[in-house]
Amino acid sequence: MSVLIVIEAVEGKLNKGAFEICTYGYKTSKVLGTTCEALIIGDAHNATEVGKYGVANALQIGNISFDSKVFTQIIAKTANDLGADTIIFRHNSTAKNVAGRLAIRMDAGLVSGVKSIPQANGNTLLVDKSVYSGKAIATYEINSPVKVLTVMGNTIQPEIVGEAAIVTLSSTPIPASTTQVIERKTITGIVPLPEAEMVVSAGRGMKGPENWAIIEELASEIGATTACSRPVADAHWRPHHEHVGQTGVAIRPNLYFAIGISGAIQHLAGVNSSKTIVVINKDPEAPFFKAADYGVVGDLFEIVPKLTEAIRRFKQH
Amino acid sequence: MKLLVCISKTPDTTSKISFVNNGTQYNEEGISFIMNPYDEWYALVKAIEIKEKNGGTVTVINVGDASNDIVIRKALAIGADDAIRVDGKPTSAEYVAKQIAHIAKQQAYDIIFTGKETIDYNGSEVGPMVAELLDYDYFAFASDLSIDGSKKTVSREIEGGVEITTSTNPIVVSAAKGLAEQRIPNMQGIMMSKRKPLEIVNPIAVAEKVSVKIHTLPEAKKGVKLVDSNDMDELVRLLHEEAKAL
Repeated sequence: MSVLIVIEAVEGKLNKGAFEICTYGYKTSKVLGTTCEALIIGDAHNATEVGKYGVANALQIGNISFDSKVFTQIIAKTANDLGADTIIFRHNSTAKNVAGRLAIRMDAGLVSGVKSIPQANGNTLLVDKSVYSGKAIATYEINSPVKVLTVMGNTIQPEIVGEAAIVTLSSTPIPASTTQVIERKTITGIVPLPEAEMVVSAGRGMKGPENWAIIEELASEIGATTACSRPVADAHWRPHHEHVGQTGVAIRPNLYFAIGISGAIQHLAGVNSSKTIVVINKDPEAPFFKAADYGVVGDLFEIVPKLTEAIRRFKQH
Repeated sequence: MKLLVCISKTPDTTSKISFVNNGTQYNEEGISFIMNPYDEWYALVKAIEIKEKNGGTVTVINVGDASNDIVIRKALAIGADDAIRVDGKPTSAEYVAKQIAHIAKQQAYDIIFTGKETIDYNGSEVGPMVAELLDYDYFAFASDLSIDGSKKTVSREIEGGVEITTSTNPIVVSAAKGLAEQRIPNMQGIMMSKRKPLEIVNPIAVAEKVSVKIHTLPEAKKGVKLVDSNDMDELVRLLHEEAKAL
């Protein structure tokens, strides 16, 4: 009765997000008094590293095209073969396509978007998740024998507890897919927003797309991903994939800079789980300041370059 | 094409959230309820667009009590043809998905739509559950969908981009921004909605596997610390030493 984590290789390797899930799975297995096993989907040159984060056994399948049915069948078969009864995903696009299917297939209770390590309560598990777009926390109880969790990014930091694991090639046959992936378009060279640890986001206060150089310079100085508010994306000042907020991408980085964004409730709903929020705005009454940890009131066109300079000086020491 | 759109009723985005009965129950007092925005703006409007272009019918389905009829009538006013309300208490995604699949099984829908998530429980769970129960293909967070005969081409959001996939099977899609543009119901639509059929059916029994024990409110922010706009070194120091974020 073990814990099975399902993680994926991205561009040929496991990234920090995958190792967060290793640590989460390991801690969950300790709570349950069992071991943590991993199913790694896709080729990853650093697959053995999962052992360092507490995974006892790892199975790997090679690169396969995404199909929610195929993934569900492989994961269910693997879990059944291993006797795993707690299956854990990162709350990412794969989980959003697969976890619900898997829960039905395995007759399991599902809680998605979990943000706490489970607590055992007899045969049931208690987990917390944010609800009402971050405005409340719900504590769920799962009472079914098989349980499926999808875990928010940044819930836990990867912790080294052991040695590299032996990774075995999975012998589970790959079912035929009834869908066909014809194209995959992803930005390369930058960390995608849902995975980013630091985000520099800007809004209408920028006055026009031609002024974005100062935002990009700040972001590049700290290795952050750039984002924007809805009006900016709607006006095509910035590409749509940069739009964070309720209708856009929901994020929870460690550090979020909101520059020239007033802080409408729909925007806050997508970013209010960020650990530290810095707001730069010329209007001291901007609602965003109420949700901020640090604020600077003034002209962003003067402040942002000064901030980039200050970070550069800080890094030189 | 036979199209089914799953709609939810949620508190308005700007609602103040609080709980009663020791945190077990959402406090509905003074709250205005709306159709879940992604269900309305993207899922429903896309289904109507497909019907306008390719012909067919758009049915909306909701699980809940009679207080939900107001959002169902709005969906009919925007352009759905008819509606089904399963007269149950939507306690979990599995409960809702099993009600929808039970109805849909008898109807052979070509495409079933949901919103990408509800703005209350943010689960994104009902769509994939319905897909599994009906053995349909599933695409979460669809930002584009085109139809050519039985072939559907779906763009779905993935980390840092989109993946474009085709399927010739019946599909379930969850609708994200880009799939369609919000439509405001016109007077004619509102008048017609009153005469469109709304069928009320009894729920099937579902054994619950998950339940919310308690709701709590997140710790309040300590309040913003303002930094002088001429002293960015101080902001960097705070982010490094205090917030440990740099």
